[in-house]
Amino acid sequence: MVQTVTRQQELVQGAATPSIGARRGARRRVAVPVMLLLAWSMLAAVIVLALLQPWLGLPDPAAQRLTDRLQPPLGFGGSWEHPLGTDHLGRDLLSRLLAGARVSLGLASLGVVISLTLGTVLGLLAGFLRGLVDQAISFAIDVQLSVPFLVIALAALTLFGTGLPVLIALLGLSGWEQYARLARALSLRASQELYVVAARSLGVSTTRILWRHILPNTAAPLLVLATLQFTSLLFLESALSFLGLGVQPPTPSWGNMLGDARNYLQIGPWAVLFPGLTLLLVTLAVNATGDWLRDVTDPTLYRR
Amino acid sequence: MARYVLARLLRALGTMWLAVTLIFVGLRLSGDPAAALLGPEADPEAIEALRHAWGLDQPLPVQYARYVSNLMQGDFGRSLREQRPVTDVVHERLPATALLAAAALALAVVIGIPAGVIAALHRGTLLDRSVMLGAMLGQGLPNFVLGLALILVFSFHLGWLPSGGLQGTRSLILPALTLSTYGIASLARFTRSAVLEVMGQDYLRTARAKGLPTSQILIHHLGRNAALTLVTVLGLQLSVAIAGAVVTETVFAWPGMGRLLTQATELRDFPVVQYGIVLVVLSVVGVNFVVDLLYGLIDPRIRLQA
Repeated sequence: MVQTVTRQQELVQGAATPSIGARRGARRRVAVPVMLLLAWSMLAAVIVLALLQPWLGLPDPAAQRLTDRLQPPLGFGGSWEHPLGTDHLGRDLLSRLLAGARVSLGLASLGVVISLTLGTVLGLLAGFLRGLVDQAISFAIDVQLSVPFLVIALAALTLFGTGLPVLIALLGLSGWEQYARLARALSLRASQELYVVAARSLGVSTTRILWRHILPNTAAPLLVLATLQFTSLLFLESALSFLGLGVQPPTPSWGNMLGDARNYLQIGPWAVLFPGLTLLLVTLAVNATGDWLRDVTDPTLYRR
Repeated sequence: MARYVLARLLRALGTMWLAVTLIFVGLRLSGDPAAALLGPEADPEAIEALRHAWGLDQPLPVQYARYVSNLMQGDFGRSLREQRPVTDVVHERLPATALLAAAALALAVVIGIPAGVIAALHRGTLLDRSVMLGAMLGQGLPNFVLGLALILVFSFHLGWLPSGGLQGTRSLILPALTLSTYGIASLARFTRSAVLEVMGQDYLRTARAKGLPTSQILIHHLGRNAALTLVTVLGLQLSVAIAGAVVTETVFAWPGMGRLLTQATELRDFPVVQYGIVLVVLSVVGVNFVVDLLYGLIDPRIRLQA
């Protein structure tokens, strides 16, 4: 959250130059760093394996076999039957890790789509319509920015109980204020541009101006922010699932795998290590991508 | 300045009011608490009696007014599980959380700010890169993963530190480290870019040109100008620390408010969660208010603008 605040300022400043030619030129010159290519290959591998998990011939991620409890991974006394070992109920860790990837990454993506849409619409409206609408939306943004979302989530979970619809709603509501703030600032700026003034004097409707003129010119920074927000949502889902309040068993998510495994940390550390490490690597890869995208889409930002 | 303070105060009160109102709306949206408490097979008359006792048969505006006035008088109800006033239940847990948060914040300031200054002064060197790499790792590591890793290494493998609970100073080390890592990392990043930004200014070049020693420049020229960014970040850190405390306390079985809130959520003990939220919002709003005042003090341009 903290980091997005300055990122936000950078993103707004970056959008100051609408010169499309300059941006294209910059894109052509930028070479992708080797580390980033590695990160993308890893991300691609995780996603492809996660999608293919049901057809890889791995054991059922929910199948318990108590005779196989806490089997160590390959290289530490384990066998090919369970390459990453098993958890405290004898469930295959590799298969759970991949099935969990589908759940964790899927929920985070869904959350990003919802909050991006919600925040962008509200932010564009606030910036373009100004006045009372702007004040109401800005106040809501301020409030959500100042209250830690995890606490709001706990309240909602107490009132409505745990469950997938509540979880999705929470993920979608978390972070909308980031997009709204950015979209508001961008549309405030864009509504002063000559092409918008021209469109308005031609009698083009507000919806059409927002959709055809302002949104395309504000889309790049918003998408960069969405990349950076993805990991926040991944964290939120994992934290809630870790606490036992998010994704409910038997569905695996990286968070509830960690929550399950932590009671067996001493005798089966691998059950914590693998989901923890995957979560870390995916987070780093996505964050690095977001930082890189921000630099690439924003040639005016001087490099620090 | 008076107008500035008043505007900020109104904003703080508005935030509190909105939070309380949203809780009320959520409470009413979530169904009939009387029916939920007595179960599906309860006598309709008993439900009606309970609804009457709780004032649920009154019109919504009346309920709302009564709800707000109860909260204003400090009446937050009783814990459903412990059958004691929630204020007692929560207040018992406050010292442990305060201790943990203070230790984490202190660590973040003591490690994060110098790390950022050093990185900025040695921009582009190996030192700078390692600090920034560390900061990236620190921000990318979920604190429950970090906490478990620390327990694994320092408690189980090396046996140096306790793996949980609150007994003595030694038990504070791992939780405080876990909670502060994100803060250290973001403070280091922020300090670095704040210092770099100030270093690009003309007045700093002048200070250097007239031969001031680096320490003088750091304190008098950099310090004051970078302070504004840092105050903001520190204010935001509180919010991050509260969210982090919920998870960290659970990892380390820390007898604080975060763990209490998690347990209360699991048991759907709403009065406890509600009071916890009110306290959290109160502290966050209070800190933001103070941050705004500091803003006005550090930079007169801001208070004149408002």
